[in-house]
Amino acid sequence: MTPMQKLLQLPVNAVNMVKTVQNQVQGFQEEDKSPVLSPDGAHQAWYSALQPDELRHLRSGGSGGGGGGGHNSEERAPLEEGGGGGGGQTQPLRHDDLKEMLDSNKDSLKLEAMKRIVAMIARGKNTSDLFPAVVKNVACKNIEVKKLVYVYLVRYAEEQQDLALLSISTFQRGLKDPNQLIRASALRVLSSIRVTIIVPIMMLAIKEAASDMSPYVRKTAAHAIPKLYSLDPEQKDQLIEVIEKLLADKTTLVAGSVVMAFEEVCPERIDLIHKNYRKLCNLLVDVEEWGQVVIINMLTRYARTQFLNPNLNECLLEEGGESTFYGSDADQDEDEDEDKKDEALSKRKPYVMDPDHRLLLRNTKPLLQSRNAAVVMAVAQLYFHLAPKAEVGVIAKALVRLLRSHSEVQYVVLQNVATMTIKRRGMFEPYLKSFYIRSTDPTQIKVLKLEVLTNLASETNISTILREFQTYIKSMDKDFVAATIQAIGRCATHIGEVRDTCLNGLVQLLSNRDELVVAESVVVIKKLLQMQPEKHSDIIKHMAKLTDNIQVPMARASILWLIGEYCEHVPKIAPDVLRKMAKTFTNEEDIVKLQIINLAAKLYLTNSKQTKLLTQYVLNLAKYDQNYDIRDRARFIRQLIVPTDKCGALSKYAKKLILALKPAPILESPFKDRDHFQLGSLSHLLNTKAGGYQELPDWPQDAPDPSVRNVEVPEWTKCSSREKRKEKKVEKPFYSDSEGESGPTESADSESDSASSSASGSEQSGSGSEESEESEERSDSDEEEEEEEEEAKKRKTQKKEPIEAVQQSESEQSSEEEVKKRKVSIPPPRNVSESESDDDDSPSDSSQDSESEDSESEAEVKKKKKITPPKAPTKPVKKEGKKEKKEMSLLDFDDFEPTPSPQVTPVGNFLSSSLVTDLEGLSLTDTVLSPATISPSGSLKSYELLHRITGEGLWVEYCFSRQPFLPDPHMVAVQIQFTNSAATEAKSLRLEEAKLQSGMRVKEFPEIEVLPAGESATVVMGVDFCDSTQAANLQLCTHSRKFFVSIQPPVGELMTPSFMTENEFKKEQGQLMGMNEITEKMQLPERCQNEHAIVQRVIAAANLSRVPCGSDKECSSPAPPPPGPPVHRFAGRTVTSGSLVLVTVATKESGPSQLTINCEKMVIGTMLVKDILLALTQ
Amino acid sequence: MIHSLFLINHSGDIFLEKHWKSVIGRSVCDYFFEAKEKAAEPEDVPPVLQTPHHYLISIYRDRLFFLSVIQTEAPPLFVIEFLHRVVETFQDYFGECSETVIKDNVVTVYELLEEMLDNGFPLATESNILKEMIRPPTILRTMVNTLTGTSNFEERLPSGQLSTIPWRRSGVKYTNNEAYFDVIEEIDAIVDKSGTTVCAEIQGVIEACVKLTGMPDLTLSFMNPRLLDDVSFHPCVRFKRWEAERVLSFIPPDGNFTLMSYHVNAQNLVAIPVYVKQNISFFESGSGGRLDLTAGPKQTMGKTVEGLVITVHMPKAVLSASLTATQGSYTYDPATKVLVWDIGRLNPQKLPNLRGSLSLQAGAPKPEDNPSINIALKIQQLAISGLKVNRLDMYGEKYKPFKGVKYVTKAGKFQRPACVAISHFST
Repeated sequence: MTPMQKLLQLPVNAVNMVKTVQNQVQGFQEEDKSPVLSPDGAHQAWYSALQPDELRHLRSGGSGGGGGGGHNSEERAPLEEGGGGGGGQTQPLRHDDLKEMLDSNKDSLKLEAMKRIVAMIARGKNTSDLFPAVVKNVACKNIEVKKLVYVYLVRYAEEQQDLALLSISTFQRGLKDPNQLIRASALRVLSSIRVTIIVPIMMLAIKEAASDMSPYVRKTAAHAIPKLYSLDPEQKDQLIEVIEKLLADKTTLVAGSVVMAFEEVCPERIDLIHKNYRKLCNLLVDVEEWGQVVIINMLTRYARTQFLNPNLNECLLEEGGESTFYGSDADQDEDEDEDKKDEALSKRKPYVMDPDHRLLLRNTKPLLQSRNAAVVMAVAQLYFHLAPKAEVGVIAKALVRLLRSHSEVQYVVLQNVATMTIKRRGMFEPYLKSFYIRSTDPTQIKVLKLEVLTNLASETNISTILREFQTYIKSMDKDFVAATIQAIGRCATHIGEVRDTCLNGLVQLLSNRDELVVAESVVVIKKLLQMQPEKHSDIIKHMAKLTDNIQVPMARASILWLIGEYCEHVPKIAPDVLRKMAKTFTNEEDIVKLQIINLAAKLYLTNSKQTKLLTQYVLNLAKYDQNYDIRDRARFIRQLIVPTDKCGALSKYAKKLILALKPAPILESPFKDRDHFQLGSLSHLLNTKAGGYQELPDWPQDAPDPSVRNVEVPEWTKCSSREKRKEKKVEKPFYSDSEGESGPTESADSESDSASSSASGSEQSGSGSEESEESEERSDSDEEEEEEEEEAKKRKTQKKEPIEAVQQSESEQSSEEEVKKRKVSIPPPRNVSESESDDDDSPSDSSQDSESEDSESEAEVKKKKKITPPKAPTKPVKKEGKKEKKEMSLLDFDDFEPTPSPQVTPVGNFLSSSLVTDLEGLSLTDTVLSPATISPSGSLKSYELLHRITGEGLWVEYCFSRQPFLPDPHMVAVQIQFTNSAATEAKSLRLEEAKLQSGMRVKEFPEIEVLPAGESATVVMGVDFCDSTQAANLQLCTHSRKFFVSIQPPVGELMTPSFMTENEFKKEQGQLMGMNEITEKMQLPERCQNEHAIVQRVIAAANLSRVPCGSDKECSSPAPPPPGPPVHRFAGRTVTSGSLVLVTVATKESGPSQLTINCEKMVIGTMLVKDILLALTQ
Repeated sequence: MIHSLFLINHSGDIFLEKHWKSVIGRSVCDYFFEAKEKAAEPEDVPPVLQTPHHYLISIYRDRLFFLSVIQTEAPPLFVIEFLHRVVETFQDYFGECSETVIKDNVVTVYELLEEMLDNGFPLATESNILKEMIRPPTILRTMVNTLTGTSNFEERLPSGQLSTIPWRRSGVKYTNNEAYFDVIEEIDAIVDKSGTTVCAEIQGVIEACVKLTGMPDLTLSFMNPRLLDDVSFHPCVRFKRWEAERVLSFIPPDGNFTLMSYHVNAQNLVAIPVYVKQNISFFESGSGGRLDLTAGPKQTMGKTVEGLVITVHMPKAVLSASLTATQGSYTYDPATKVLVWDIGRLNPQKLPNLRGSLSLQAGAPKPEDNPSINIALKIQQLAISGLKVNRLDMYGEKYKPFKGVKYVTKAGKFQRPACVAISHFST
């Protein structure tokens, strides 16, 4: 069996559960259809040796001797039989063929069915009705079937929560597998199932996996964290703990995933990064590419909060000069740059880069050479936001390289480059030609390139750029041409020297045959003319002539505005234009009409003699226009300019108002100020804050304490704090020396060069040298300040120290290695459980077998022995019970409806019931236990099933009698009391199934024919809750009415007591470690300290039996009683599946007590912990 | 991060959907279709769209849209890069990435997508790992599978996921150990009408095909690494070795991969291997025009130019062309207005020429702009930049591998080799 197949093995009980589902769906087929799976398989044990195919031959009385050919029809036969059973055929029959294939025994058929189903999912078809048929194949041995079932499961689990639960145990088992890949795969699927009820299980699984030996499993755990968080944000605090733990992980495999989880769950907890900062920086190069992106983006934010702005001092000094630095080739100039900076810095308060800041810059730089565009972009934005100005230049080359990638990549990169070019033009100037536009670029790329080119334009390169623009204007892509004309306009506004050239060029375009080109030019020229109108009256005249031809509204409006605004420069033409416009007024577009009114008003004010009548005419036309804006404008203008008696006050100022000098528009890049968004982010691209975007913080004024990043010796080497101290001492001289060479005002290049050369040799050998690098940074962060003053002094001493230091650091490393070895030699607890889970399968099975054999012989004897001890405490229980009743109703378990915890059952009662069982078993009678034999005990907590009022006088209550339900041992006995408080008698009371959760079964009580008024009757029915606390929804029928009622079991009622010795208990417990063990600490209230109280409360909360412990001295085991404080143990089995439930309460004289539950069914375990915890602590 | 993926064909049908978190309805794509309506060309659909509750990030490859839905802030390049990686994985698996192929292999596609992302975050994107988990389909295996009902899944566990070198699968065995490296260079240039180069760049990649047993550690060195101005590497290459010694040191993935791509900084010194003389004019009357193209070798360093294809994007008014070519064949597509002249091998003695008349739409004004011309070509045995591989050494394994290096020069951007190469912008 391959390990992969193991993963899919279902535990016995799971198969049963699936089986029951199948029953429901297929209409209660005969159990024997697939005898191998049948739940009460004891008497059919001999079947299991046969192959199903053979079985069929057997059943059909040997008639199918024909062999292989007819297997198809044979397969169908049992199905048809089953179909007659009734009930299940209500479902649409669309996918019947697929169901049939899934039910078949042939993997190939199953595979084919799954493939078809997956293909349907891929096409978006709804296949949710196949869920029951598919989910039981989760146990299929064929890996591909299994994988496809996973695909299906993850897709539909959310819609079919209850059925999905059936698959959980498979994954739980997988979580314990010795093979790390299977553990990981199980966790991955488990955590992908979006079912809220399993949140506690996921939480446990994640916690467990987070401390797994295998880094791959830990990685999967990190992946699971955001999944759980999105399912239940309440778990945040616990998840943060896990994240904190995983952040400390030292492997590259985990790093990316855990930072991703960090970003999704708690990006604000920047403090968690401190201790891991240096490690993340050092691991970065080796992390997989996707993880790199996430880590770099996160570290950018981190650095913004922890370090000082490296450009703070330069800003003032170098603003103007930057372009010249970059104008020519990089290397030489950078040195000069460096020198200048040094001078500047010496005058001001010297800025010293935090070595951690440097570490980040240095370690991300090589990633600019990644093949992954996202990584390159991440590094680029990091440099843009964090690096000193002089160093940002390195990213340009890499970004330009990305422009040769796919157009989508270009699109995003160009957007970011556009933003960068506004702040740091010099950086991209050498690459100007890379932004030249190709005729084959998509329009959106062309427009962006144009944007970049415009941003890059300066006095020196404008001529080249304009020449390039000229070719673009001839392009066939009109949108692009329009964008080009605007770009020319922008260049002209920014660079005064070329304004006239540009203007002339644009004017030439006015004679272009393409109207769009002309129109766009007009709009741009208008903007340009506003800057120096007096020089260009001829252009205005020229444009006035265009009104005859140009039809584009925006252009017409622009021309009219120009003429109106500068009518003094064209005194003769302007009235004529108005005349023409007045003629066509009614046919113009709205914006044009508005400008005609404006023109008329302006002319009226300047040249009223010629235009008075025209203006009146236009205003009159406008008065009756359809558009209310135009009517408003006309009314407003008329009042303003035409002096009347009423409103003379304003018209005095009409000239000032209308003919005020308008400031020229500033043509700005749409990318201005976009850099307040973190570059490379979605928010930057959209220029709006996207959901979940984390603001890039501003630099702090003063640097936060850098020592927070100092990593102490990891926890597992708690051994000696002396070592730690020694380490620190050693480091100082050692590193301050290496740092001393470059001095406080370290230059970027020399630094990184020396670092890379020193690191390069050792890069493969890894940890050792990296660690030393890491600690290097650590030490000088402490050093830096002191160093300055003391530097001179120190130089002398330093020269002696290095050799010594190196030696010491070596010894240090070796000591660390020792520690590591030590760590290995002491295997962590996980190891134990793992090795145990290897042989997990066999013992549990065998133990179950032996259990059943034993039970008859041994159990009886033992039980009798055990009867005595817990007998006494009957009275106090009742008291407590009353108190609890109220409190309990307030307590909910997560998403469940309020689960009232059962009233305390007197121990005596429970014992007697178990005696009844024994006797029943012995007497071998198969008579149903009649209602009469069960004494309805008042002490049982009863729940209302039907209220007196809604029931119209019929009042129904139920309680869990904790008696075994004899007709079917897998059912929980529910005792129902009918009271007829109505005036008339109730007839034919019975229950019917209404809508049972899949898998649940109900054994109804015999119908009560007549219930006279004022009488009450008690009956017992059995419900198989499938080991879940889901309510059983039923229909209560009387002769006249039907009521919908539901019975909801508390988790403690889903089990029956099981008797075992302490040794057996311990043995079983040993097999249910790991995921199946849940431990909680609690503070017992005083009245709960004694043994009686504990036993009572636990037994009240859950139907368990006490395991006699050594201190009782009754146990036959020779082991001496444990010297420590008493430990109470309880055992039981779940009713449906018979899974063991082991409860241990360990009290301590001082400090918290501990409650441990071992149960294969984790849902049950988790819920039981809560219930018992409540029972004990309330 | 990535919530869902929709594959949309050219005509706007969603033919595959995959959700990594809870299901998002198809209707979210309507926003995309709206944008697609607006765009003239599929390439013009904005890659990032904002809808009230989601963000749509899409790529257009091989006439298919890959549309991903995200709900919260995520680096757009991250998503785009991932989507391209998906396409490349499909190409790797199925040879091409088209609607039919995806539909035919829908189960494998689904399995791949399932493994590539976990909860929307990339999990296994290395083809070596993926192939350990899911076998690529072959005709033979498909037949065997249908006959025997066996699966595409590897029975072995994909242990590659665990290793620190995720790109290489474990337990590789070959009888012939070979390592081939193809140095492919492309010239990207814009030449104006007068023949002067506006800008020219050389872009190179080294494609490797390494089939070596075990865990070989290779070192590739160049004669003239100084030529390389800007480089990007496959993750297997050790950055620090490159920075310090200018050698490529790496443990290679198994099979085909792109080892590095580089850029040669030669500014305008790039030798353009061919020239095209063009004369395209339209009559004033507006009824037609003349076209005359001649191609010739310029600086080919003694090698023959092959696969020469000249593409002319005609003005919209051009209805048809009746031309004669002295060599090769031409096609004119009246729908896209593209004239393609496939010349083939360039004969320096007898220069190929294409001439004839163009007919214009009746009544259309004379097109004022001259069309742009793109050239695609290929030169074997030549890396135009002069880059030379010095030697390849192998450590870590004992056998002697067979090594080979091949040089090819092409024109054009590599992602769209069919259409751009050297654009002539005429003035």
